[in-house]
Amino acid sequence: MAAASDSAREDKARLDAAFTDLYRAHLRDVYSYSYYRVGNHHDAEDLTEQTFLQAYRHFERAQKESQGRPLRPWLIRIAHNLAANYYRDRSRRPQTPIDDAGPLPELHTTEAIVEDREDLNRILECVQQLPDDRREALIMRFALGMDNREIARALGRTDGATKVLIHRAIKQLEELVQAEAGTEAT
Amino acid sequence: MSTWDFETRLREALQPVDPPADLEPRLEMTLGSLVEMAADELDAWELRAMKDPRNWPRTVLGPAAAVVVGSGAAAGLVILRTRGRRHKRRAQARNAWVLAERTFRDAAREAMRVFDDIGR
Repeated sequence: MAAASDSAREDKARLDAAFTDLYRAHLRDVYSYSYYRVGNHHDAEDLTEQTFLQAYRHFERAQKESQGRPLRPWLIRIAHNLAANYYRDRSRRPQTPIDDAGPLPELHTTEAIVEDREDLNRILECVQQLPDDRREALIMRFALGMDNREIARALGRTDGATKVLIHRAIKQLEELVQAEAGTEAT
Repeated sequence: MSTWDFETRLREALQPVDPPADLEPRLEMTLGSLVEMAADELDAWELRAMKDPRNWPRTVLGPAAAVVVGSGAAAGLVILRTRGRRHKRRAQARNAWVLAERTFRDAAREAMRVFDDIGR
């Protein structure tokens, strides 16, 4: 019995170490995804915390079933499901506009900085107007840098369907941004 | 704006967001306490399991019982196979002494076969 419990402890310690690695490697990804989903830092922190707690509970099984494939899509899928519950529970959509979405690219004049900021804010606002699946696919692709296969796994779709989804999402977003810019210009 | 430019702008708009500095240590603390709770639970479970007489047969008598049952089954198999050849042995034996000798030889051979089967 002592030998069995020692071995169980060793397995557990190995699992915990692997989870710590996973958590350190993907904390930023999960936080970024959560942030763009819920639109504010406070709820993004909650969502990130819940995602990792949930992931910890099912980590052993996920590790076995992944057969060596990266676990990032699995983590993002947990965050995705929790975010869906978050909206269902509170009956709300992401808050717009998303506040301080990140550092601005280097520009030379104040006017250019303001214009650029407006441009980026407009894009972010339009991202929030997209249907849920298209918005999520874009967040995964552009904020997290996930490839089609990873996004497909996170969304539970085929690679082909994911490629089409992203293509349509970009096209729709482009139209929305153009329409918005046209409205502001008149 | 071309699609390529638009994707570049989209990438700039959706830059990765760094979590607040205190989130990582806070999460590590929460996860650490979860691990400790799980370890305590395992210790408590072992103690409970050892104190509970219902678990004694499983932990102490279990392996011994398995050895007894396994040996019994192997012996039964040897007897069964040896008995299967008894008519042939009787026909071939000139007297009781030769019959006993042949029976013993058959039993030894069957025992070796059973051990070989177990070893595989």
